[in-house]
Amino acid sequence: MTCSEFLKELTDYLDNTIDQRTRAELEDHLQWCHNCYVVCNTTKRTIEIYRDSELFELPDDLRSRLRSAIISKCKQHKAKSEA
Amino acid sequence: MGAIESKVGEPVSDESVLVDAARNGDVGAFEQLVRRYDRNVFRIAQHITQNREDAEDVVQDAFLKAFQNLGQFQGQSKFYTWLVRIAVNEALMRLRRRRPERTVSLDEDIKTEEDSMPREVADWSPNPEQLYSQAELKDILSKTIQGLPPGFRAVFVLRDVEGLSTEETAEALNLSIPAVKSRLLRARLQLRERLNKFFKRRNGDSGQ
Repeated sequence: MTCSEFLKELTDYLDNTIDQRTRAELEDHLQWCHNCYVVCNTTKRTIEIYRDSELFELPDDLRSRLRSAIISKCKQHKAKSEA
Repeated sequence: MGAIESKVGEPVSDESVLVDAARNGDVGAFEQLVRRYDRNVFRIAQHITQNREDAEDVVQDAFLKAFQNLGQFQGQSKFYTWLVRIAVNEALMRLRRRRPERTVSLDEDIKTEEDSMPREVADWSPNPEQLYSQAELKDILSKTIQGLPPGFRAVFVLRDVEGLSTEETAEALNLSIPAVKSRLLRARLQLRERLNKFFKRRNGDSGQ
């Protein structure tokens, strides 16, 4: 397996959506190719860091303000469509 | 409201009861759906628009549109996937308004050579996120993802942050499954490469 071939399979490998045989080939490649090992590892870390970052969390006060606005507009829409 | 008492994250079977009730005009049932998914919609909206005010507008408009169009929701997909599709379209529309000089679409590409190995391959510190304060880290992550085109941000946030399946992401973004996979790979590799300069191992870092 070449590095390019490895890279093509990287997403399926990280998502664990790959057949056993291809997985074994990829893991064999990782045994001896340091570059692919590092790319694989740091890509996995990239995903984990974003997933765990709580980037763009909705603050409670804004959350209830938005919800009130949504519900009030829904009620207006309902009243209009019933009129 | 009546007998329907649901919390965020409860099974989809309860959800179809809420959706049916909301479709029949039960605003209380719809409010339960809002409570269940408002955080997710906000995160998705802000990842795509990269703007707090736009994200707030997207949350409001997406839920209102969903309520208004529940009659068209057939129940063949999950309510959440259908809602995300509405929210992504709203977010892209906001971006277009903000950046009329540029084409904003899911088709915008990034310049990478998909078949080639990243040029700079340096290992990262053992716990790279601990090199920075939480505020600094959020700033780095936010600015880094901002560098990707909106369509790639959308695929990344749906698959890797929100945990939608490839099939759900394809449905929400109206893309083919191969297109989702290809964009996801490139988005992940781009983010990895951009984070390199912040996270790579420096002299004096202890190894593992």
